[in-house]
Amino acid sequence: MLSGRGAGVSTLLSVEHLDLFYGDAQALSEVSLDVPEGAITAIVGANGAGKSSLIRTIAGIERPRAGRIVWRGREIQGRASHEICDLGIGQVAEGRQIFPSLSVLENLEVGGHLPRARRFKSDGLAQVFALFPRLAERRSQAAGTLSGGEQQMLAIGRCLMGRPELIMFDEPSLGLSPALVGEMFRIIERLNRKDGLTIVLVEQNVAASLELAERAYVLETGRVVMSGSGAELLNDDRVRAAYLGL
Amino acid sequence: MSWDVYANVVIGGILTGLVYGLMALGLSVIFGVVRVVNFAHGEMMMVAMYLAVLGCGTWGVDPLWLMLPLAALMFVLGYALQSLLVHPFMTRPDHAQFMLLVAVGMILTNGALILFGPDARGVQVDYALDSFEFGPLLIDKVRLYAALAALAVAAALFGFFRLSATGKAIRACADNYRGALVVGLDVRRLFALTFGCGTACVGAAGAMLVLLGDVTPSLGPAYTLLAFVIVIVGGLGSMAGALVAGVLIGVSEALAGLILVPSMKSMVSFGLLILVLLFRPQGLLGRSA
Repeated sequence: MLSGRGAGVSTLLSVEHLDLFYGDAQALSEVSLDVPEGAITAIVGANGAGKSSLIRTIAGIERPRAGRIVWRGREIQGRASHEICDLGIGQVAEGRQIFPSLSVLENLEVGGHLPRARRFKSDGLAQVFALFPRLAERRSQAAGTLSGGEQQMLAIGRCLMGRPELIMFDEPSLGLSPALVGEMFRIIERLNRKDGLTIVLVEQNVAASLELAERAYVLETGRVVMSGSGAELLNDDRVRAAYLGL
Repeated sequence: MSWDVYANVVIGGILTGLVYGLMALGLSVIFGVVRVVNFAHGEMMMVAMYLAVLGCGTWGVDPLWLMLPLAALMFVLGYALQSLLVHPFMTRPDHAQFMLLVAVGMILTNGALILFGPDARGVQVDYALDSFEFGPLLIDKVRLYAALAALAVAAALFGFFRLSATGKAIRACADNYRGALVVGLDVRRLFALTFGCGTACVGAAGAMLVLLGDVTPSLGPAYTLLAFVIVIVGGLGSMAGALVAGVLIGVSEALAGLILVPSMKSMVSFGLLILVLLFRPQGLLGRSA
């Protein structure tokens, strides 16, 4: 594996030899990766490669059978999902997972329910509404009535309300129009560059996510088969053939 | 019969129905959020009624004053039951949960039988036979007090779910379970809180119902069934639906007792249930699936 890590950059999260099973079926085997603090780390791979499983395992929603997950030097595998969120590991899940019958404002408030974030609810709301003025306009509307793009903004805003240090994005561009996909990548870039958030980006849009990422991993059938900087993978012939159709 | 007889019976039915509605509200809240059907609901109500009878008999306290302490006690029992016993069954098939709660109900019934024997017990309050007179209308004091208390408890619960941060988090769990995990809600604790709120309704309703009738250990299943009928007629998971259907069942049973014979009053409520299932399966105020 390439190390690719610059001097002075510390590892915020690392995953070591992670195994995950659903019943007898192995979803992840021996997965190891490092997420440098302040960077964008992309995880790419085909459908069913285990990208979402990996995110769900880091988030504490799935229990790994073996391996370690280390956050700021502490082992966190096996902890409950609400404890992991409260460490500052946020998630914008696949399919957005908003609360459709709650209002936009209530969705955001629930996002700020984490103990680490409760004192900052009003600051958080101001920040989210500044980032997404559209959500402020629709604050009392039921979230289920929002358009797909607005729901994705809400999912991101709800995650920000929990004051995360790391956000794991699972397929944020799925189901969005091409114009909105570009917007989504600009938002992710802004959260990283301007707000200093560490990002893990799982995307089917391989080219765009590799362009953005300092570090990237390729997953195939539950294993890490390649890693390097985003630029390195973007120029790798195997990646170009398998994922970029070049 | 003159109209005032009907009016008095209807008013009595409305007031009793509100207490039934509060009991059913507990079942509806538990199912709506935790997705567990509390088959021990009526048995818990029976336990609350015995506690009210004991409190009233031992210290001579008015059962209405016991309402809040009993609600608090039943909250703790419900919280413990969900977090210790029901939670491990959350991922099991429905029939396993069903058997678990049926078993809890049987244990409660037989426990009460051992402790209190099979005879009916009741309470006496000095205003038991008093009533307010409005022209030809006579309103029982006990029924009126109980109904107002039921409305107050229901309003408090509604306010809790709408306005408090914890209440919103509970609604979020009910709305999207995966979403709740994603934002880091402590679902296990919130489910236990919800179960506690549901059984607290039963505790409060039990304190009121001892004013309206006696309690026996075998009362549980009948009340579980009544709560089911009300919740299905009103719409599963709908808080307002439970109260409305409680009133509807209360009135129709009271009228059936007057027009037909009292022993046929259950026929009316089950008839209503069948009609609702046929023509509006999501319940009167339920959202269609």
